[in-house]
Amino acid sequence: MEYEAVIGLETHCQLKTKSKMFCGCANEFGAEPNTNVCPVCLGLPGVLPVPNERALQLTALTGYLLNCEVPGFAKFDRKNYFYPDVCKDYQITQFDFPSTTTGHVDFEFGGGIERVRITRAHLEEDVGKNSHFDQHSGVDFNRAGVPLLEIVSEPDLGSADMAYEYLNALKDILIYGGISDCDMEKGMVRCDVNISVRPKGNEELGVKVEIKNMNTFSGVRRAINYEVPRQIETIECGGTLVQETRRWDDVAGITESMRTKEHAHDYRYFPEPDLMPLKPDNAWLAEVRSQMVELPLVRKQRFVNDYGITAQDADVFVGNVPLGGFFEQAVEGSDNPKAIANWVINNLQAHLTEAETSVGDLKFAPEAIRELVEIIDEGTISSKGAQEVFAELFEHGGSPKSIVDAKGLAQVSDSVELQKWCQDAIDANPGPVDDVRNGKENAINFLKGQVMKSSRGKANPQLVGETLVKLIKG
Amino acid sequence: MLHELTLSALTANLAAGKVSAREAMQACLDRIDAVDDRVNAFISLDRDDALGQADAADAALAKGDTHADKPLLGVPISLKDLFCAKGQPVNCSSRILGDFRSPYDGTVVRKLRDAGAVLFGRVNMDEFAMGSSTENSAFGHSHNPWDLERVPGGSSGGSAAAVAAQECFASIGTDTGGSLRQPAALCGCVGLKPTYGRVSRYGVVAFASSLDQVGPMARDVRDSAVLLGAIAGQDPLDSTSVPVEVSDYTAVLGGDLKGVKLGLPTEYLTDGIDPEVRAAFDAAVKQCEVLGAEIHEVNMPHTEYGVATYYIVATAEASANLARFDGIRYGERVEGDDPFSLYCKTRGRGFGEEVKRRIILGTYVLSSGYYDAYYLRAQKVRTLIKRDFEQAFETVDVLITPTMPIPAFKAGEKTDDPLQMYLSDIFTISCNLAGTCGISLPCGFTSEPKLPIGLQLLGKPFGESKLLQIAHAYEQATPWHNERAAL
Repeated sequence: MEYEAVIGLETHCQLKTKSKMFCGCANEFGAEPNTNVCPVCLGLPGVLPVPNERALQLTALTGYLLNCEVPGFAKFDRKNYFYPDVCKDYQITQFDFPSTTTGHVDFEFGGGIERVRITRAHLEEDVGKNSHFDQHSGVDFNRAGVPLLEIVSEPDLGSADMAYEYLNALKDILIYGGISDCDMEKGMVRCDVNISVRPKGNEELGVKVEIKNMNTFSGVRRAINYEVPRQIETIECGGTLVQETRRWDDVAGITESMRTKEHAHDYRYFPEPDLMPLKPDNAWLAEVRSQMVELPLVRKQRFVNDYGITAQDADVFVGNVPLGGFFEQAVEGSDNPKAIANWVINNLQAHLTEAETSVGDLKFAPEAIRELVEIIDEGTISSKGAQEVFAELFEHGGSPKSIVDAKGLAQVSDSVELQKWCQDAIDANPGPVDDVRNGKENAINFLKGQVMKSSRGKANPQLVGETLVKLIKG
Repeated sequence: MLHELTLSALTANLAAGKVSAREAMQACLDRIDAVDDRVNAFISLDRDDALGQADAADAALAKGDTHADKPLLGVPISLKDLFCAKGQPVNCSSRILGDFRSPYDGTVVRKLRDAGAVLFGRVNMDEFAMGSSTENSAFGHSHNPWDLERVPGGSSGGSAAAVAAQECFASIGTDTGGSLRQPAALCGCVGLKPTYGRVSRYGVVAFASSLDQVGPMARDVRDSAVLLGAIAGQDPLDSTSVPVEVSDYTAVLGGDLKGVKLGLPTEYLTDGIDPEVRAAFDAAVKQCEVLGAEIHEVNMPHTEYGVATYYIVATAEASANLARFDGIRYGERVEGDDPFSLYCKTRGRGFGEEVKRRIILGTYVLSSGYYDAYYLRAQKVRTLIKRDFEQAFETVDVLITPTMPIPAFKAGEKTDDPLQMYLSDIFTISCNLAGTCGISLPCGFTSEPKLPIGLQLLGKPFGESKLLQIAHAYEQATPWHNERAAL
């Protein structure tokens, strides 16, 4: 029998804020243990949480980026469980009224565009980090209270690869929107995966297994690639799957049971009485919406459709937003966006890298590239001359036309002068001229070379060829 | 004697240079030495720190600081053992906090310091503010100064006992279901529970976050007004504090009750009230009428559900609030083989019986499958109770009721019957559920033995001025506030 996997993801990502969710401590990775802490994020007796306004904004902004609804009422709840890294022994999170609901993410997969529905993205506080030593354990609370967004997808993913691409697309969106740096090595993104399998075509969902503790996207992919066959095998061998939580062991490359449904936590959620419900008004939401950015996929499609550039070139402009912005300014009013894209990607980008500078610090305006492409297309300069113009432009600024004038780089298209150069070449090289007359077409290239040489490269090569043929063949 | 003065009389003397803050502080310490072995109001006392603060107050007075700017300058005030003051212990009368000392000042403590108060001593309470008699304390019972065999009430029983025994000029406590008003009634003090959100809860160890409110325990109404003015106000560190301006609460004191409409909730005045309490209450109502007040009967139909609702909401919140006392980071720890056994042993030994009972109850009402039947329903009933108040306040300014159906009971009398203990809070609890303000002040005494009786006034949200004005008019027309316990 053929089986299919049904996969949903819960993705936790740390928000890019200066301070923590409910206190003024720095939201900063890598400090000495328990140095970015205060009575509030240590959960000392008597303290109260005060919500971080920026975190609330970033949450709503994420909602808009993920095509979610941002309801006019949301609230915080307490999730109760005892664990040494949870300093209050409850976590402040959002249970039944999250800040954002029902959205979707579109992403490229398998040569097309796939859509994964987003159930919700809710705001909570991160917990501390346990460390285990020979004789004792320690907890670092620097991470405790860092704003954490949990993005829950519907079970719309069918494979490990699809999950992997979804996560990458999600990460791109979050980085794009300035929501999170999504630095995996700093633990800024962590995933839980819900997986079940069912005979292909069945409507009914199979038994759900939740896998916890994955902090790389490749780990998620490997875990799914381990778990799906395990579940299928269990069924095919006549076994029964139980609803359970499993832990991913990244080193061994296996999942192992943590707890079954009977031992599932009862988190006893209830409304956080220390915080007022969130009632974002229109002005506040408008302010958030003003921080919206174009989604990566939308940008890519727009670049391809509007400018006719290749998907690869568009990817460059999606990956490097300032460069894309520069391109968009350069291309305004141009009839050759492809050539502009080439110049921006191949020449400008290389120069920027070499000079270790950025688009913002350029000495010339984007329009200069458009002008450069125009004079190339008009035949005013040769491609070699164009390189020279660009180098000058990059070094000292100015406009391509004035550089061409100043350096005398304009190609000569004047027929009288061209005819003289060509006639001189014909007169000086009777042999190759005979060859041309006898049908050896590529002998013309030798003559062309002679003309270019005597004109010191200024002759328009195309016109030179035409003139030589005319003079020789009459 | 210096220790017998009201707070307002003391500040007048301090301002006039007739006494020093050090003398006032020393008078309290002497009084404590004389009576506290019998009253047991104080569970810890930092004498050097207290006298140091008093000297600083004297220096400020000498430098020209006035009580206009610092209304409590040089006034010794004690704190219920749940306020966080930097470097000082905060035990909540529990074993579980061990030798914990707060590394920070809570907002009320900071405000009191800013107002010039000399904050000294930690007074006894029911453990984590859970109780009505101050018998649930790991530091021993406190005793009612009017009859040492009787309880001072609770949970701010140490505050009431200390004020009634004249061991401090005022005390700051909290009121979650009557914890200031009930002990005030039993000890003959004035206990004020401000509107929820009027005073910051930052730095107050939480019992039930949606019900807790900080307030003063004082000798008379004027002192209460001064103290409220010092501690009230919105606090950026408490998201539930409310941006309502703090008025001069003493400015409204004086005058009669002409035109004031007092509401008599019929549901409160049932059979269960002690005859002497009832008689004193009826006389108090008459007195208000004499002073010009109109009396109207009002209905509060959901009153009977108050206690049940309260014990669901409060215990649910407490079960989470008290989870952090787990032996991992601070306080007492009993080692275990794994975190779970460490938690069980630490909490098993660290918490007292009543606290455990309420944690279990609160955990139960939030449990999967029971949440809707208990917690959710209680929240709905809470809304109805709040509506009772709103409707009553459409016709009257303030409600008038007895604070407690009975006078102070004997220690041990109700400890075997927690439910009976819970039911004694019936008149005070609804005010917390509705989030509005209330005050208890003396309205007479029983005859044999002589025990104080409390009158309760319940006001509109942020109607503290009106409450204080009425209380003051009644107080000034009656002799009760001048009586002192004979210790």
